[in-house]
Amino acid sequence: MLNRKTAPVITDAVKFELSLPPSRQFTLQNGVDVYMVDMGTVDTLMLNFVFYAGNNYEQRNPEAAAANYMLKSGTSKKNAFEINEYFEYYGAYLNRSAGHETAEISLHCMKKHFSELTPVIAELIADSIFPDEELEIYKRNMQQRLQVNLRKNDYVAGRLIDSYLFGKEHPYGRYSSPEDYQALNTASLKEFYKKYYQHGRCVIFVAGPLPENIQQDIEKNFGHLPLTGSGRPDDRSGAILPATEKKYRITNDPDSVQGAIRMARNFPNRHHPDFQKMQVLNNVFGGFFGSRLMSNIREDKGYTYGIHAYLANLIQDSALMISTEAGRDVTEETIAEVYKEMKRICDEPIPEEELLTSKNFMIGTLLGDLDGPFQVCGRWKSLVLNGLSADYFYRGIETIRNIKPQELQELANKYLVAADFYELAVF
Amino acid sequence: MQIDFKKFTLGNGLRLLVHEDHSTPMAVVNVLYDVGARDEDPSRTGFAHLFEHLMFGGSVNIRDFENPLLMAGGENNAFTTNDLTNYYIQLPAENIETACWLDSDRMLSLAFSEKSLDVQRKVVCEEFKEHYINRPYGDVAFKVRELAFKAHPYRWMTIGQELSHIENARLSDVKAFFKKHYCPVNAILVIAGNIKTDRALALAEKWFGSIPPGEKYERRLPVEPEQTQARILEARSDVPLDALYKAFHVGARADKSYHAMDLITELLGGGGSSRLFQSLVKEKKLFSNIECYHFGSSDPGLLMIEGKLIKGVPMTTADLAIREELDRLCSAEIAEKELMKVKNKTESAILFEDMSLMNRASNLAMYELMGDAGLMNTELEKYLGITPREVHTLANKIFDERNSSTLFYYSNN
Repeated sequence: MLNRKTAPVITDAVKFELSLPPSRQFTLQNGVDVYMVDMGTVDTLMLNFVFYAGNNYEQRNPEAAAANYMLKSGTSKKNAFEINEYFEYYGAYLNRSAGHETAEISLHCMKKHFSELTPVIAELIADSIFPDEELEIYKRNMQQRLQVNLRKNDYVAGRLIDSYLFGKEHPYGRYSSPEDYQALNTASLKEFYKKYYQHGRCVIFVAGPLPENIQQDIEKNFGHLPLTGSGRPDDRSGAILPATEKKYRITNDPDSVQGAIRMARNFPNRHHPDFQKMQVLNNVFGGFFGSRLMSNIREDKGYTYGIHAYLANLIQDSALMISTEAGRDVTEETIAEVYKEMKRICDEPIPEEELLTSKNFMIGTLLGDLDGPFQVCGRWKSLVLNGLSADYFYRGIETIRNIKPQELQELANKYLVAADFYELAVF
Repeated sequence: MQIDFKKFTLGNGLRLLVHEDHSTPMAVVNVLYDVGARDEDPSRTGFAHLFEHLMFGGSVNIRDFENPLLMAGGENNAFTTNDLTNYYIQLPAENIETACWLDSDRMLSLAFSEKSLDVQRKVVCEEFKEHYINRPYGDVAFKVRELAFKAHPYRWMTIGQELSHIENARLSDVKAFFKKHYCPVNAILVIAGNIKTDRALALAEKWFGSIPPGEKYERRLPVEPEQTQARILEARSDVPLDALYKAFHVGARADKSYHAMDLITELLGGGGSSRLFQSLVKEKKLFSNIECYHFGSSDPGLLMIEGKLIKGVPMTTADLAIREELDRLCSAEIAEKELMKVKNKTESAILFEDMSLMNRASNLAMYELMGDAGLMNTELEKYLGITPREVHTLANKIFDERNSSTLFYYSNN
């Protein structure tokens, strides 16, 4: 008779040998570093250009985001439609995105079309012309999109909490108004483009089952570009100036049925010895479906559809963020429960069983995350951009395996202290 | 890319598909139940989805679903659509038996706890608020469905027609729903990843083989009568911008027109060089964004066009401009090159989707639900065989004005 009451024997995931598949690095003749992850069974490739061109570098907000967006808006040879059509004809996705430190162009394509596509990316990096008409369309459409977003409590909360943590003048805390979009002009975008793209600092990542001539292809198309920038911002990358006031209640939409809650504190970057330990503690606290915040506030109380805690993915400085949308009438109770969970994790050591579950989950999902060339390349990108080596990856695994309840309790008492948290609810 | 799999049917009628992939350290156990929001009682909508939440609330022999899975290094989730409910677990292949143990026990029977029902009712109500009430334009999808469907249960959303339907769910409803739908004959099991077929079959036999088969659910849904007249609805709301939504009835997922229809949505709305975006956002500057997509549903569904208007553009101007683009597609056959573009995009999309083991597993289950998992391997051929003439003929059928439902959604501001 089958025994359904007892779980099958498992191998604890913490015992798995995990390895980060290698990345091969080479340097183009112009000095640009290229990292290659050559693996995968499906004939698809990813080519990723990371420029030091995030909002850290802009003179006026939101110049960096606009310049990045407009990389597909026209060169001296092709208009925006022709650029889009070119990539789409090959079934390729050419995306761009701008963050605080970096801004990216990324290509996902079928392997068989790779060499048709690289020359046009080089054209975008070297020869974008920023047509006035395209900028006008962008400005208007972005203002309209912003108007819609500002009606969403969670969007408003996300902007405000960052401004409390880092200060409104810091790139991490700065946000855009409709007037900021209105003030954009092609002259300053061209200036930004020239400095941070045409002559910028760039790192290239490429992943997939790579073609044999990959190195020559990249050298031929990108090795001659003057990508020799220093990667240092001109100015404005000011100091972090956290707000002095800690608690906020904001009315955004008087009819809203939920409050958007953000509770957050500043936290050092990945180079700090506590960072990886904190990832383990955070996982138990609010990092996954089985976490304490989720178990208590969703699965026991039903106050929310989801609640998450995470460390912000930033280079200079990080933050520990707790984020949820909760019913309007239980918003204050939700905040109170978060503090209760903070106190509990400070006062009592995490039971061994709970900790092992959390550790096994972390390692198990890490194993899944390393499954595939793009994911592996993503790991390498994070290491390279944060100035870390593969050691960091392996230290992280050792931390997960070895950290003890007592050390986590000490860590909780250092960082999960209610008085250090900004507390915001937007209704 | 060929997806290899083997199909078995267990003694209790449970269909099993095994897909081996030894390039990954992971395994996936995917269970699809042939029940969705379309199978709900019109006075108790949202139930299939609420039920999905309860599937994590403990089963007859296992009080806690989540922890043993986490302990095995696994992660899991589920989704409910109007057509089906799908559960998946991904975990290190060594520990795959844990997934079989957990999933078979909740197929055998749930714990049916009042507490779990009470909490999940609240959680789903918060989900409802988060996605559909506390969000500008959140009620649009409800209105469009009600306008386009008069008989078929696609007229309500998976989340439910209204909060009260969820608030009123009783434990007796939960038990009846389980008995009717959650049994081997109404399910498809997929085991995929770093596992040999023999072992997968043995595990399936061991854990699922002894579950009573249950009764085959015979679906008898009202058929949506053919629409013979254009429908228009006007709504006003406290949103920043006017928006326009158009829905056209299209064939079912298994219909032979599906692939041409899918290419048509791509021609119209897929990417920066698509027809609607280029003409209406870039050239005429009437919309700040415009999209075209379809439901891909098991029963005949909808092709949707939706966009937000540039401030100051009259609704009728925007509507007419969409009509002109549709007429252009209907009046002449498209060039081979443009058709090739959307075929290439589709080929690429299929390849990227197949990279993920989890996608391969759930797609196998969905194609099996459609009639044959092997259809997954003939999809691309079907797309590549579509001619400009077929696109032209189908476009004329779909974009007949009498087949349209239009929602003019006005801003109060």
